[in-house]
Amino acid sequence: MKIRKDGWVVAAGLMALSAASLAAPPTAAMLSNACAGCHGTLGASAGPSMPSLAGQSKVSIVESMNGFKSGARPSTIMGRLAKGYSDAEIDAMGEFFSKQKPVMPVQTLDPAKIAKGQAIHEKSCARCHVEDGKEPKDNSPIVASQWLKYLQVQMDDYASGKRKMLDNKAEKMKPLSRDDLDAVAHFYSSIK
Amino acid sequence: MTLDRRNFLKMLGAGAGAGALHGCAGTAPMVSASGGEIMPKSGRRVVVVGGGYGGTIAAKYVRMLDASIEVVLIERNRQFVSCPFSNLVVGGIRQMSDLTIGYDKLASNHGIKMVYGDVTAIDAAAKTVALAAGTLKYDRLILSPGIDFRFEELAGYDPATTPDVMPHAWKAGPQTELLRKQLLDMKDGSSVVITVPLAPYRCPPGPYERVNMIAMYLKQHKPKSKIIMLDANPDITSKAGLFRKGWAKHYDGMITYKGANKVTAVAVKNRSVLVEGVDEVRGDVINVIPPQRAGNVAVKAGLVGEDKKWCPVNATTFESTLAKDIHVIGDACVAGAMPKSGYSANSEAKICATNVVALMNGRDTVEMSGINTCYSFITGKEAVSVAGVYKVANGSIVAVPNSGGVSPDLSELEAIYAESWLKNILTEMST
Repeated sequence: MKIRKDGWVVAAGLMALSAASLAAPPTAAMLSNACAGCHGTLGASAGPSMPSLAGQSKVSIVESMNGFKSGARPSTIMGRLAKGYSDAEIDAMGEFFSKQKPVMPVQTLDPAKIAKGQAIHEKSCARCHVEDGKEPKDNSPIVASQWLKYLQVQMDDYASGKRKMLDNKAEKMKPLSRDDLDAVAHFYSSIK
Repeated sequence: MTLDRRNFLKMLGAGAGAGALHGCAGTAPMVSASGGEIMPKSGRRVVVVGGGYGGTIAAKYVRMLDASIEVVLIERNRQFVSCPFSNLVVGGIRQMSDLTIGYDKLASNHGIKMVYGDVTAIDAAAKTVALAAGTLKYDRLILSPGIDFRFEELAGYDPATTPDVMPHAWKAGPQTELLRKQLLDMKDGSSVVITVPLAPYRCPPGPYERVNMIAMYLKQHKPKSKIIMLDANPDITSKAGLFRKGWAKHYDGMITYKGANKVTAVAVKNRSVLVEGVDEVRGDVINVIPPQRAGNVAVKAGLVGEDKKWCPVNATTFESTLAKDIHVIGDACVAGAMPKSGYSANSEAKICATNVVALMNGRDTVEMSGINTCYSFITGKEAVSVAGVYKVANGSIVAVPNSGGVSPDLSELEAIYAESWLKNILTEMST
């Protein structure tokens, strides 16, 4: 203990308290690590219906979060969570996950569906989902190496009309059957 | 910082707490420690006590954030069984193996040193933790001890024998299996009694999900049976509207819910419980969930607050407000608006690890940002969720306004997401 000039007694134990009171605003890592319970450590998901965020494009993450927040993109839990973050925080999280190393999920895929999906991809999807879905283009997300179940849920949301599409996407996607969409999901999941 | 009167009083409290701790450690347990130092400390070291939802993550993230800090994780058991999803084992739609993880991969992937044993004492002044085998020195200690029970508030309850007859199943493991076995063994037309303690307790929606899972099993296999829920709280404490909707939709007429019915005594021989010591309620299977407090190790170390139940902590660092260099996370701590859930513990562990590493490196701490997500099954195929985002405001953890909340309805998609929730969170803890 020491006695300050103004007469207050200060204990060494207060160092922790005073340091805490000088805390910096949440960093990108602080914000993003909280997501990892569901999306995996550093965004590498181990759960088939939860997308991996590691290595996803920043633009796509930010757009998804904003869509969840506004309700433009349908969700169960994500809308409620996205509403908890400011634009700057969402930007920081997008940046954080985009810089993490992508991890290929271990999953069983159907080779026949992969082949069928590849043909559909080349005909209908490749213009925006470039490099077999490995590269982002504009605001198109990286869809390669993703969990099949996650992609299937997204396809369902598009097919049912729950998730809205831009006109150019709708034009390509509307003619495709549910089986076609499932095949495309198999194809993207298979890309290393 | 300017030291105002309130902080000054807090500081005095901190001093008193540390003194009490030292006194506590100076008594029997330290003396009984057979060996000397188990693992002599050379560099900087964090010791984590408790390998559950909080402790595994705290150990892992300290190592991820600063590999020059040695981390020792002390855990009683060789395997961890998750409480989340254990109600599904009770209902018969999951196996214990689905919920069980070990520590080997976590330890080897991150260079965490495992010590299996019971902590018998903590000396906050000497900065040591004592086990039967000897003592361990630390620079900072992170406690994630979970809960223990306030059995003393239930007259007639013998902690050694009553759980064998009236399982709590509120720590997953043999108790979960016992409750399952009792349901399998009971005759159709029997009654199941479930008692809920006053909040706060571990996992607010857990008792109501348990009713769902038991009702699901009974509906299929013993449809003449009844469930009576005696809740000490005035109403269902979490997701109330959704649980009511699920009961009406799937289990109509099977469940009798009684709020403001606090069980204060048990009569093991009569197979009954007593509401407010008076009204006797009989059951063929009785699941008494006792009132709770922070895990014994935290209580013994003098880290619980004036309520004598839970550990007050700094909202940024999760450092105990009663003892320096000791942090408390998970169900045992008072984390403001964050509920006592597995996901909260996971989130708190990362916040704590981040700031423990900052403090040990002389850097500024970082304000917390936390999440809770929690799923409850209504049937095997439908689930509901509650979610929240948390930040610090005026020194307390609060929910970010206009965010979070519960599902709009029962959802099959949420049951699918719940599966991946478990897969991800257990993988995060075990790899």
